[in-house]
Amino acid sequence: MYSYSDFDEAFVRERVAQFRAQVARRLDGSLTEDEFKPLRLMNGLYLQLHAYMLRVAIPYGTLNPSQMRQLAMIAERWDRGYGHWTTRQNIQFNWPKLEDVPDMLEALADVGMHAIQTSGNTIRNVTADHFAGAAADEIADPRPVAELLRQWSTDHPEFQFLPRKFKIAITGSPNDRAVTRAHDIGLRMVERDGEPGFEVLVGGGLGRTPMIGKVIRDFLPRADLLPYVEAIVSVWNLLGRRDNKYKARIKITVHEHGLEEISRLVEERFAAIRPQFSGVDQEMLSAIEAQFAPPAFVDRPVDAYEAHRAANPAFRAWTDTNLTAHKAPGYAIVSVSTKKHGTTPGDMTADQMRVLADLAERFGHGELRISHQQNVILPHVHKADLPAVWQALRKADLATANIGLASDIIACPGMDYCALATARSIPIAQEIASRIEELKIEHEVGPLQIKISGCINACGHHHVGHIGILGLDRAGVETYQITLGGDATETAAIGERTGPGFSADEIVPAIERLILGYLELRESPAETFVQTVRRLGLGPYKARLYPDATGKAPARAA
Amino acid sequence: MPKPFTPKVVTANRLREGDAVWLTADDRWSPRIEEAELIDEEAHAEMRLLFAQSQPDLVVGPYLAEARPTPNGPAPVHFREAFRTRGPSNYPHGKQAEF
Repeated sequence: MYSYSDFDEAFVRERVAQFRAQVARRLDGSLTEDEFKPLRLMNGLYLQLHAYMLRVAIPYGTLNPSQMRQLAMIAERWDRGYGHWTTRQNIQFNWPKLEDVPDMLEALADVGMHAIQTSGNTIRNVTADHFAGAAADEIADPRPVAELLRQWSTDHPEFQFLPRKFKIAITGSPNDRAVTRAHDIGLRMVERDGEPGFEVLVGGGLGRTPMIGKVIRDFLPRADLLPYVEAIVSVWNLLGRRDNKYKARIKITVHEHGLEEISRLVEERFAAIRPQFSGVDQEMLSAIEAQFAPPAFVDRPVDAYEAHRAANPAFRAWTDTNLTAHKAPGYAIVSVSTKKHGTTPGDMTADQMRVLADLAERFGHGELRISHQQNVILPHVHKADLPAVWQALRKADLATANIGLASDIIACPGMDYCALATARSIPIAQEIASRIEELKIEHEVGPLQIKISGCINACGHHHVGHIGILGLDRAGVETYQITLGGDATETAAIGERTGPGFSADEIVPAIERLILGYLELRESPAETFVQTVRRLGLGPYKARLYPDATGKAPARAA
Repeated sequence: MPKPFTPKVVTANRLREGDAVWLTADDRWSPRIEEAELIDEEAHAEMRLLFAQSQPDLVVGPYLAEARPTPNGPAPVHFREAFRTRGPSNYPHGKQAEF
């Protein structure tokens, strides 16, 4: 894993010192809120409904055990004993006091972490496949490139006043687990005639105007990455709409000017700046890559694992859902679900964080990942150790066997915390998961992604959920709109709205009707929910959502 | 024709703690909406908002929120304001723990 250079260390410490002085000046009245707000946002500090919120960057979702333990310490010392994993692989603390935040940032700096560029109109945390460096289907580990992009984008002098925020995601696998098609820039590592490079996507995004990213270069040689990405951001920096924040993202720029024109401008800019990149960036990349060398995998028998699987149905069920194929023989990728039925998606207590830090150290080559699906990954566990890992997870209430199933719901914080939200997300996720557990059907239903956002900004990725739920305020009442057929993978698609929304009381029964309807509609258990939507369209699902055919949701029986 | 004025309270978040507070008739910031001054006249509401804005060392982002009278004092009208009086629905970590 990457560890801070002296430059990184000095830079982060300097920012903490600056922010400490800024907070002191705000508290003694020297700075007004208007003056202070942009400064706190540069350091990830928001003011939400009930308290401040500190968003801490977890670059490309990678953590080591000492960083995880420090997050646990921060949660207990300055927050309420827990943290919230976000859909951009970050962590949010929901209850800090303003005067404590400089100390929290100092504690983060102690383990090579920070909250820089987690907010504001900057290039945000670069996200990556959460199975990077481990997945069997991977061409190359995308994290060294993500780290290079982090270093390049941090305080980049040309990009200090961007039209709006800018998000980059990267994957090294053909199976896209990083939602690259819904990012301002998506990078897919590919090979052509044995030469490594990137497919570059531009102009994807969710939010108010969801768009799937378009291919602007189907093959970019590896050494051209930084100048090409810089050219894209540079072109957008000049063209981007600063007159209207809802039209400022690059997806609108690409839409308004057309991909062809944007491509022409990018190539022109690229040709101009490419000679400035003398190869120093590639030397830096090589040095970074050395730090991401794979761990020393060991060859051990897996008999104990197979025996435990045969003997213990609960263990077997967990291995069926929560493991992913690893590139090293005898190893597995473990997804630890934060979605125990009825709990808050993405929330984790300090004790649970410490359990995972210990497991990573004892059984996981010291690595942890945070997924955009708000779960935690132990990327390198030998199968012989899985029974012990599972037992420890069970004791910590972290062994829920539901990865990729209906209760593995993405939910943004919604109006329980967020000042931008128009409705709550968390209680809807809790109720849906509890109901699914009562019905005991999710293993029969199979792969189903439900994603919930509490406003049109779509932090909960509802547009790309197989079932998407969007919470809105309709005349002073929480109302939930359903979309179907969204897809977050390499076959990305935006879900289609079913019709009128549902009240908070009606939405859970409506989702239940969809799930039960799927079981009737599928041709065989091999046909997944989203495949039935592609085959049949929305019609049969609409009939189940709005059975009285008036186009209105049915009133709930008293 | 302008809409008739509906009763309001002045609310904000405290600078240090960030929690939701309401302006009382005797110029305090209370963590309980029931103690707030219920304002039923537009000119007075604007005056009270100006007063709130003059206290940037105590509160952040003051605004007028709709409220209705009850025997216990003002109560929120919109669900967002109701959540602000209680805290989040998933844990008793907000005001619901204190009152």
